[in-house]
Amino acid sequence: MANRRKGIRKSLLAFFFVIVTALGVLIASNVMDHVEDISLGLDLQGGFEVLYEVQPLDGEEDTEIDREMLTDTVSALNARIDVLGVSEPSINIEGDDRIRVQLAGVDDQEQARELLSTQARLEFRDVDDELMMDGGDLVEGGAQQNFHGETNQPIVSVTVDDANLFQEITTDISERPPGENLLVIWLDYEEGDSFEEEQMRGEDSKIVSAPRVQSPIASRDVMIEGDFTTEEAQDLAGILNAGALPVELDELSLNSVGAQLGERSMDLAVNAGFVGIALIFAYMMAYYRFMGAVAVLTLSAYVYFVLVIFNWLNAVLTLPGIAALILGVGMAVDANIITFERIKDELRTGKSVMSAFKAGSRRSFSTILDANVTTILAAAVLFYFGTSAVQGFAVMLIVSILTSFLTAVFGSRLLLGLWVNSRILNKKPKLFGVKEREIDELRS
Amino acid sequence: MNFDPRTSKLDFVKHRKKFFSFSAVFLMVGMILLSTVGLNLGIDFAAGTTVEVLAEEEITAAEIEQEFADIGYDPDDVVLAGDNDIARASFVGGLSDDESLEVQSHFDDLYGNTPNVATITPIVGEELAMNAFISVLIASLGIIIYVTFRFEFLYGVSAIIALFHDALFIITVFSIVQMEVNIPFIAAVLTIIGYSINDTIVTFDRIRENMSLEEKVESFEEVSAVVNKSLVQTLARSINTVLTVVFAAGALLLIGGEGLRVFSFALVVGLVAGTYSSLFIAAQVWAVLKTKQLERRRRKREEQEALEAEQAETET
Repeated sequence: MANRRKGIRKSLLAFFFVIVTALGVLIASNVMDHVEDISLGLDLQGGFEVLYEVQPLDGEEDTEIDREMLTDTVSALNARIDVLGVSEPSINIEGDDRIRVQLAGVDDQEQARELLSTQARLEFRDVDDELMMDGGDLVEGGAQQNFHGETNQPIVSVTVDDANLFQEITTDISERPPGENLLVIWLDYEEGDSFEEEQMRGEDSKIVSAPRVQSPIASRDVMIEGDFTTEEAQDLAGILNAGALPVELDELSLNSVGAQLGERSMDLAVNAGFVGIALIFAYMMAYYRFMGAVAVLTLSAYVYFVLVIFNWLNAVLTLPGIAALILGVGMAVDANIITFERIKDELRTGKSVMSAFKAGSRRSFSTILDANVTTILAAAVLFYFGTSAVQGFAVMLIVSILTSFLTAVFGSRLLLGLWVNSRILNKKPKLFGVKEREIDELRS
Repeated sequence: MNFDPRTSKLDFVKHRKKFFSFSAVFLMVGMILLSTVGLNLGIDFAAGTTVEVLAEEEITAAEIEQEFADIGYDPDDVVLAGDNDIARASFVGGLSDDESLEVQSHFDDLYGNTPNVATITPIVGEELAMNAFISVLIASLGIIIYVTFRFEFLYGVSAIIALFHDALFIITVFSIVQMEVNIPFIAAVLTIIGYSINDTIVTFDRIRENMSLEEKVESFEEVSAVVNKSLVQTLARSINTVLTVVFAAGALLLIGGEGLRVFSFALVVGLVAGTYSSLFIAAQVWAVLKTKQLERRRRKREEQEALEAEQAETET
């Protein structure tokens, strides 16, 4: 009989060590992979963020911005970002007429911003600004970056849909007197722009080029020579193919973060996190002794699972997110503390370790549940009504609370339960941080 | 730290008027400062541009101002941060895109690090703050409903009073120290609101439990005895929890870097306020409200009894 009980005790403890070892192996084997997989926010890895207000195009002021237009704009922006080769762009519609674009890890921010906000409306006009032909007359997706046959300069070539139209236009222009026989190629022409003024502006000019047309051209291919670098020519071809934006984008705010500063903030925050968590662990072990050690195990599991769930949700980690994670450790600790204090209370009334554990776990459960539900309620409202920064924080808080509830309540209970049920802790209240003299002898 | 409720002489309710007046005066000062001096609104709430330069060597504000002057700019303010190797220059009114690119490339050439340039119209920050405020109001309503359902209406009201106390406390401290208020600050206030609810609910849960154990609770003395007993019983938990969270928030404040300074300072202030309100405000407010409710009920019952007695008399 006694032998059999001893056998059960041993197997309970063996089970404890199996769980802890399995967890340890699991964490050690892939925690680094998970850490590396986390998508970092702009504030951590550098990049930039632009908030655009969407407005109807010039001359179409009466058009209402509707959901469809916004989605079209987002797809056009996505196609353009492909040109940049950014791996994880984030483009979100906010409110009725705003689009937030976040590009992390972009080296050339200037190029990226130009590429995003240009409307890519290619137009061919004469020197009197009369429209001859526009992007709608070109073959869709037919823009290419090439090199000029003679000068070897990078050029962009586009293909005209209708060869006759182009021949008519070139015939018309070639018949004009010298100096006026120019085919002016505009990008994003706006009402009120004029060739005369614009050609004086040098580099910022919206005129891509203004070739002289001396004779009618009977070809569908149009070469645009614009004093490009190869890269600029590639970008222009890229955005022409990605298509013009159906709307005009006004920059409402711009936030750009240098990557070096981001990395530095990240290192500091992560370090602070480690120090904070180490202090918590030390305090828990010193104050709650054996139960504290169990708490340290479940807290480690908590941090690990939060990382895994966070990756699984494809969420983006920002500085407030890290803070929410570390704060979440505090909430997980709280659940442990509430349970442990209850167990200590029960021990002080003279209950045995086993019944104190049972009563303490049971009575602390509703407290923890109510406290967690109210906090989740607040976090959910923040997520639902909040915007970007507040939302990211709320997601992390919700994930943290749910995980902390599972690990701190069920994890701690399971692990501690194995020890308690093995009866090895019987009559050892000191291990729970309860002194013998505090125990109420009257009730035992 | 073991607090034995059977031997403890701690009385949390007796001095409630002092706690209430302290908070009232403190928050009043906050309101006055808020309406006169106001908060030191960061670039998130005031239109403009900030340029954050990382130099990787010790610099002075004068040096940075000189650098800006060399390329023709005059920042409204230059503040050093980090180990004096980060400078933050703000331009109220803002820089144009071309101007910020020029500034960025200048400092990139100089220190080899591209500075952060943040340009923002205040609309975005203001909307975020407004949005957060409305969210908190909605959340409060949700909490009152939940707490009324699980506990009792008066607990919900007291918890919300404590919640707004804590949020206002942080805002008051920030209007006193004039630290810059940015978007992470709002996230911190929201965190504290979450923490404050959590903390208050745990003590209320114990009060609810002890109330159900008492056979008769009618007078203010009896209510406050229950409150005192409950607060003493949860005192070890309250202190340990706030200590561990302060470990985390304090580590962020001390070694977490510039980017988290405002956030973590607001957190630490809020944690202190949250613990203070859970121990000295929330339960006391509840005790006062509860006594009034009990008195009303007793008066009603007495009136009822008097009425019945009268009726009985007239019948005979």
